[in-house]
Amino acid sequence: MIVATLKGPHMDWSALSPLLALFGGATLTLLTGLLRPRFARHVLVPVFAIAALGAAMGLSIWQWHRHADIVAAALRIDGLALALMLLIFVGGIATVLLSWRGAAPVEAAHGEYFALLLTSIAGMALLVESQNTITLFVAFELLSIPLYVLCATEMRRATSLEAGLKYLIVGSVGSATLVYGLAMLYGATGSTDFNGIATAVGSSGIGSDVLFLTGIALVLAGLAFKASVAPFHQWTPDVYEGAPTPITAFMAVATKAAAFGVLLRLFDVALIDTQADWGPIMAALATTSIVVGNVGALTQTSLKRLLAWSSVAQAGYMLAGVVVSTQLGVKATVFYLGVYLAMNIAAFAVIVARERETVLGDHIDSVAGIGATRPWLAWPLTIAMLSLAGLPATGGFIGKIYLIDAIVDGGYTWLAVVLVVGSMISLAYYLRVVAAVWTRPAVSTELTPSSRGPGGRPALAGGAEADGMRWSQPEVVFVAVAFAALTLAAGIVPSPLFDFARHAGRALTGLF
Amino acid sequence: MHLSILIWLPAAAALLGALMPGRTVRTAAVAGALVTLGLSIAVLVEFKTGGGAQFVTNDHWIRELGIRYHVAVDGLNLVLILLTTILFAATAIWSSLRPWERERGYYLWLGIAESGVLGCLTTQDLALFVGFFDLMLIPFYFLAGQWGPGPNRVAGVTKLIIYTLVGSLLMLAAAVATATLVAAAQNAPLNFDIHYLVAHKLGTGSQEWIFLFFAAAFLVKMPLFPLHGWMPDGYRAMPLPVLAVFSGVLSKVAAYGFLRISLPMFPDAAHHFQDLMLLIALASILYGSAMAFTTTDVRLILGYSSVAQLGFITLGIFALNDQGPQGALLQAFNHGIVIAPAFFILGLMAARAGGSEDLRDMGGIGFRAPVLASLFLIVALANLAMPGSSNFVGEFLILLGVFKAKLAIACIAFTGVALASVYTLRAFIRMTHNRVGTGVESRELTVADGVVLVPLVAVILFLAVYPQFALNRIDAPRFSAPAAQQVASR
Repeated sequence: MIVATLKGPHMDWSALSPLLALFGGATLTLLTGLLRPRFARHVLVPVFAIAALGAAMGLSIWQWHRHADIVAAALRIDGLALALMLLIFVGGIATVLLSWRGAAPVEAAHGEYFALLLTSIAGMALLVESQNTITLFVAFELLSIPLYVLCATEMRRATSLEAGLKYLIVGSVGSATLVYGLAMLYGATGSTDFNGIATAVGSSGIGSDVLFLTGIALVLAGLAFKASVAPFHQWTPDVYEGAPTPITAFMAVATKAAAFGVLLRLFDVALIDTQADWGPIMAALATTSIVVGNVGALTQTSLKRLLAWSSVAQAGYMLAGVVVSTQLGVKATVFYLGVYLAMNIAAFAVIVARERETVLGDHIDSVAGIGATRPWLAWPLTIAMLSLAGLPATGGFIGKIYLIDAIVDGGYTWLAVVLVVGSMISLAYYLRVVAAVWTRPAVSTELTPSSRGPGGRPALAGGAEADGMRWSQPEVVFVAVAFAALTLAAGIVPSPLFDFARHAGRALTGLF
Repeated sequence: MHLSILIWLPAAAALLGALMPGRTVRTAAVAGALVTLGLSIAVLVEFKTGGGAQFVTNDHWIRELGIRYHVAVDGLNLVLILLTTILFAATAIWSSLRPWERERGYYLWLGIAESGVLGCLTTQDLALFVGFFDLMLIPFYFLAGQWGPGPNRVAGVTKLIIYTLVGSLLMLAAAVATATLVAAAQNAPLNFDIHYLVAHKLGTGSQEWIFLFFAAAFLVKMPLFPLHGWMPDGYRAMPLPVLAVFSGVLSKVAAYGFLRISLPMFPDAAHHFQDLMLLIALASILYGSAMAFTTTDVRLILGYSSVAQLGFITLGIFALNDQGPQGALLQAFNHGIVIAPAFFILGLMAARAGGSEDLRDMGGIGFRAPVLASLFLIVALANLAMPGSSNFVGEFLILLGVFKAKLAIACIAFTGVALASVYTLRAFIRMTHNRVGTGVESRELTVADGVVLVPLVAVILFLAVYPQFALNRIDAPRFSAPAAQQVASR
């Protein structure tokens, strides 16, 4: 008798445990969402989602000092992956809290909504762990496809559907570009493994091979779509504006962290020997992004569009940390991602709260005068805006110092000047929001439907359901205050975040 | 004594007051400012003249970036710390005599502003300096935006903030570049300590662009011609008590920055750009004076006179010898202690002229208010650097320094002294004397307002009699010496 022995790869279950927690959580929320009682749908489902994310966080922290290839080296668990996973999970928890009593889970069914969210988060975790072009692409799609759906979950609002469709089309173009580029990299190097690519590049000297360079360019473009780096950012303002606000917050912080995670790993591990080729191009992209994002934000009256353009600019700042491809650059990028997460979630939480309290939607008028009436929302928004602008005593200031340090150290002094010039432009629109909060009279929240702003609530969500929208929302205020406090803490006692970033930076041992 | 208490007390007191119920915030803020003033006087008394850096606190803050919480008092910042605490105490008391909407926020921002300025003056770490330099500006954005007069206050103060933060961001890039390039050259970890960066200088090429970035930040903050574009709108946007500290203190921090950072750290560049800086200073003196005696808005007269005075201070700093910087620092103190009461008096005058701050609506206010007019006269004479006043000593030293450095520039700068008397006396005469303006109702100074004004005027008089008191405690030449050596070696 012949015993067929099929030898599968060794499974390192402990290293995979965060992912398993997420997938388990997704299944559980999906099934719980099918239960009849309102309590199960409205309370249990979000609680399970948070529990899954919390478990994934705990398991990641448990693995904190692991550095190992897992699943036949298709994935790698190391400081960079774990640090970014933690950021993504924190962003996910905030998203669940912001979504809790929103319109989107009601309209899309709770189970589906939160299961999709968890699946997307799992895709992000997989993406930052992947060190193989195949897993990279699978993870990329796993994070994207649920997001396309999530953008369209406020089904009664046309702009939400439009956002979902637009994101789907543009995202697919990005994915196609990415997979085409990955195929070319494989064709040029004969390897799908990041280290294999690096070895092939180092030994054969294909640095000037047209196929290889085209592949790099296409991969960069594909990832730039996801990270909303100009000139691949055109979808960002529309999708950010149309998507349900908690999902916008999620896209702004978590997607960005995942995209930068894979950018760092791909370019600083697999393609590090051709840095001289892609460095200048990426620096040009960063410059474009900084300028386009900041100029685009100047004239916006919708807070979500404003933050969308600002996220394009901030992506440019962080891309500058990738350009230099040093350990310092990695650390600065991860540090800035952490700060970026805190300040953006604080800002989006305030927008969520005001969307539910007023009929002005995310128009800048919705936050006018809240300095006098709603200090617990006004201060977080102010801190978030000042931090985004990079003023001292906030995390944004330290983050910018760190980035400029890394950029100058990497020999790109001119890029540091570009970053600074971009920050100057950004002052104009961040301060406009602060001015609205503190110096303008409050716009009455009891406006008639006809006087609604452009981002106003849809007619269908009015009426009987509108009262439901105006529930007190302690969890949203909590998210705003907690993340604003984190933003301040990162500016005053930044050492923990530095340790966090250093842990990530050490993972890429091939760098200086 | 622990210097950190002096720095953080105003903000802590105001924050504590803001969290308390009722009207505690007013009392807490005034008490905080007064105790801080007391502490700074204690520092002044304990300070050992010529003893270098004292009251040092030096701890790690951010190890990864080599940023230390390093604060100290020395011959460069001692008098400016005193000036800051005096003026903020005066503003806190002055404000507490008047009603403010949402006063919690008002006093909180005032306290944070004082802590920011004191931090900026005492820090010995370049990154911390840049941080405080920006931080002290933020409160003024909120103070002007919420409590400023006029409908255009938000636009005005936004202009101010964007102008100054553009300078500050250039300075941020320059500061990080300095530390990073020095660390690369020394093959040592990043270190933002100012003394370290003074000891390990950059190459001449890097010094030059970095010097210009720093100069941009300082010149905007002062402001000097041609970077003063924010001044008219910014000044009109601020409530007068806030403007008194803003004009009195914040511009001095910029002058201080030249002496603390630019001259010791980039001496080659300072020498290289000496002519440029002197010409900018000269242009500011002439432009500021000309504007000050053609405009009728008293706020702007005081604002443009500040431009001219800051021109003198910069002129002294870039004489790049011993006398010029010494005089500049003395003049920085003098100008602060004169301009703040001038703004307070303007507030009183405007209240007597039906709320108008225009010269054409004033006149004859002194007839029934001899005490007020006398106090104003002392302030005005000090402002025009009357011989016998401390301002005269300051300007004398400045011009002496410039005479040694560049004769031609000194000769032209002398006209500035004459112009100062023209615009100051014009304002004084048209406000207190002349025909009584329509809508003017002359009243004497109230005792409460006198409590603020009289001590300030007393300081002016004390220094007029005994300027040596301040000069003994100023040690600017030690900081301008590296640049002076450059001058001597060429």
